[in-house]
Amino acid sequence: MTRPLLIRGGHLIDPPNNIDASMDILLRDGRVAEVAAPGKIPAKDFEIFDAKGLIVSPGLIDIHVHLRQPGQEYKETIATGTAAAAAGGFTSVCCMPNTVPVNDTPEITAWMQSAERGAIVNVFPIAAATAGSMGVRLTDFTALKNAGAVGFTDDGKPILHDDIMRASLQAAAKLSVPVIQHAEDTRLTGGCSMNLGPTSFRLGLRGMSIEAESGIVERDIRLAQETGGHIHVAHLSTAKALDAVRRAKRDGIHVTCEVTPHHFTLLDEHVGAYDTNFKMNPPLRAASDREAMLEGLLDGTIDAIATDHAPHALHEKEQEFDRAPMGITGLETALAITLQVLHHHRKAPLKRVIELMSATPARLVGLKDRGTLSRGAHADITIFDPKKKWKFEAQTSRSKSKNTPFDGWEFTGAVVATIVSGKLVYRRDSTHR
Amino acid sequence: MPISSPKPAARKSNPSIGVPFGSLLDIEHLTAKEISVIFENASRFHSRLAKNSSRQQLTKVLAGRRVALLFYEASTRTRVSFEFAAKNLGAVTTVVTAAASSIEKGESLVDTGYTIQATGAEVVVMRHPSSGAAQLLAQHLHVPVINAGDGMHEHPTQALLDAYTMLRHKKSLRGLNVLIVGDIFHSRVARSNIQLLSKFGAHVTLCGPPELLPALASSLAPGIEIQRNLENALVTADVIMMLRVQKERLEGLNLNIADYVANYQLTPDRMRLAPRDAVIMHPGPMIRGMEITAEVADGPQSAIVEQVANGVPVRMAVLTRALGIKK
Ligand SMILES: [Zn+2]
Repeated sequence: MTRPLLIRGGHLIDPPNNIDASMDILLRDGRVAEVAAPGKIPAKDFEIFDAKGLIVSPGLIDIHVHLRQPGQEYKETIATGTAAAAAGGFTSVCCMPNTVPVNDTPEITAWMQSAERGAIVNVFPIAAATAGSMGVRLTDFTALKNAGAVGFTDDGKPILHDDIMRASLQAAAKLSVPVIQHAEDTRLTGGCSMNLGPTSFRLGLRGMSIEAESGIVERDIRLAQETGGHIHVAHLSTAKALDAVRRAKRDGIHVTCEVTPHHFTLLDEHVGAYDTNFKMNPPLRAASDREAMLEGLLDGTIDAIATDHAPHALHEKEQEFDRAPMGITGLETALAITLQVLHHHRKAPLKRVIELMSATPARLVGLKDRGTLSRGAHADITIFDPKKKWKFEAQTSRSKSKNTPFDGWEFTGAVVATIVSGKLVYRRDSTHR
Repeated sequence: MPISSPKPAARKSNPSIGVPFGSLLDIEHLTAKEISVIFENASRFHSRLAKNSSRQQLTKVLAGRRVALLFYEASTRTRVSFEFAAKNLGAVTTVVTAAASSIEKGESLVDTGYTIQATGAEVVVMRHPSSGAAQLLAQHLHVPVINAGDGMHEHPTQALLDAYTMLRHKKSLRGLNVLIVGDIFHSRVARSNIQLLSKFGAHVTLCGPPELLPALASSLAPGIEIQRNLENALVTADVIMMLRVQKERLEGLNLNIADYVANYQLTPDRMRLAPRDAVIMHPGPMIRGMEITAEVADGPQSAIVEQVANGVPVRMAVLTRALGIKK
């Protein structure tokens, strides 16, 4: 029986309740028991967390991570991936189905959520939309949802056939869950390992065109309009696709999208001398695309920030650029990058950051009583210091893999503590503050 | 944080950091000065080669030094040229090809490199189908790596010998009109030549259909011109470099070979449009009747055979540079 936890002295930001003020918050039995003005909650037999000078926010939620389990435990496990998530301030993660085997059954979905996996934050599987993610036969959406799946995707293997996408949207609409699309027309991107542009030409690498992304997004929007289903565009990366989303939203079509920290921070030219830690899919894009991502984050077109945390072993990344697998880790740097780029540099209020990383992601995948600090909500909380300076070193990462382009980066803004169901699952080393 | 140029990324974008001294990975990161030194040394070796008497003196330069030739892709001229260059200098060579080694068993490039280094190789010359492979290898070895062609990226010794050949016909590269015709997109030779020529102030014109010459090609260096019409482009050309039509790469492209030949083949008729002292070059392998007719390839303006011959002294200069010999 854990004692109630009183977090006091902090500045609480809870976008859904329009709170952005100094507040104390009491957590009891895994739920938010009370939110009140400073000093108004009488300290009884409580555990006390002194949050003076810190931001207290609903726990961050990452709706796009690869935990690699089952099947690729040498890259990551649910235990190590969620440890990295906790260190990055995430209290919930949605894990992609491209495991081995693919998560296309209620059994695997349930297995991923079993306590034996040793997760220290909440894990919500997103199940495959088609059997084996082969794009041919739909999975049993109802059974998967009952087993805990919060969305459907064939991430990494985009659903290209119109009829399969249409059927997915229809099936998902009945259950009020999204279909999440990795928007890439793989018929146009064979052999490609980065963005198409001057850098790919100079390096002699085949490049993915903007149209390979925007074409699928435009098609999916049409199908969402036709079916009334909810299409969520994963890791959107091009200005052109973002424009399509912006127009569709204006037309009242149920389309949402996420962007990764690396896509609003880095550029294709940062691939430098074939650095495979800058290789991911979708690839880093041009400066105009990055700028469009920042504008979309600020003007509300982009709904969420998600990491696409994609761990790979060193021996896999230490290969020829065109052979190395795509993907980078991102759980431990996401908040720091967002604070740095969006808050400090582009002056987005912290409330917007929290909307993008907690409140809206919760809504997108229907996580009830999360992404908010209403009384009765799950006691998932992230405490961070937006002014704390620190340096990220990949070697200290809790992830099993170290494939990050942000090794050695200095940030302003750090996670101080992560609380899941009222329990502290991560606390920044006190020598650091 | 200046997000337009993140520091750690900028550090890695300089490929010479963490790369053994003497390596030659690309033309892009060489200075005109470094290239000129290679030309001077090549020229010295060239004249000594011409006087057969000095062969013995030549063989002392790299006597007993070990040169590994690691070829993941078939190549005749480049491999033989490097081999003769090394042997002329007295070096011991060993050729490792993909088919006859542990490469086929799935050993990684880096591990193969470690093995070759551990057996005593003092320089590794590598041909590889992946762009950036030479960079990867060099980052892991402490012996220098010479790129003998990596994917579609660069083929630096080819560009060196091409420019060296141009300089034996023309006074200077500055202001020289060099026309490169054909499959620029897939060509590492084109990329290296464009990098080199633009460093020396040559005026580079690229010619070919959009499928093989995307507009992006002009982003490689400032001042590059793109011409779709070969006749127009020939009029001012001092040097005409024809590239092989890589038939195997045309599959996915909407390119008709007959059309290509009709529009871009270098024929005697077309050559009459070019200046009379224009020099014709081709990095090989050449497909007669495809990008070039036999009459033109064997004609008086052709420097194609000479290019091959010049490859040897140029590679001798590159090998001595790699092994730190100043001659
Ligand atoms: Zn994806």
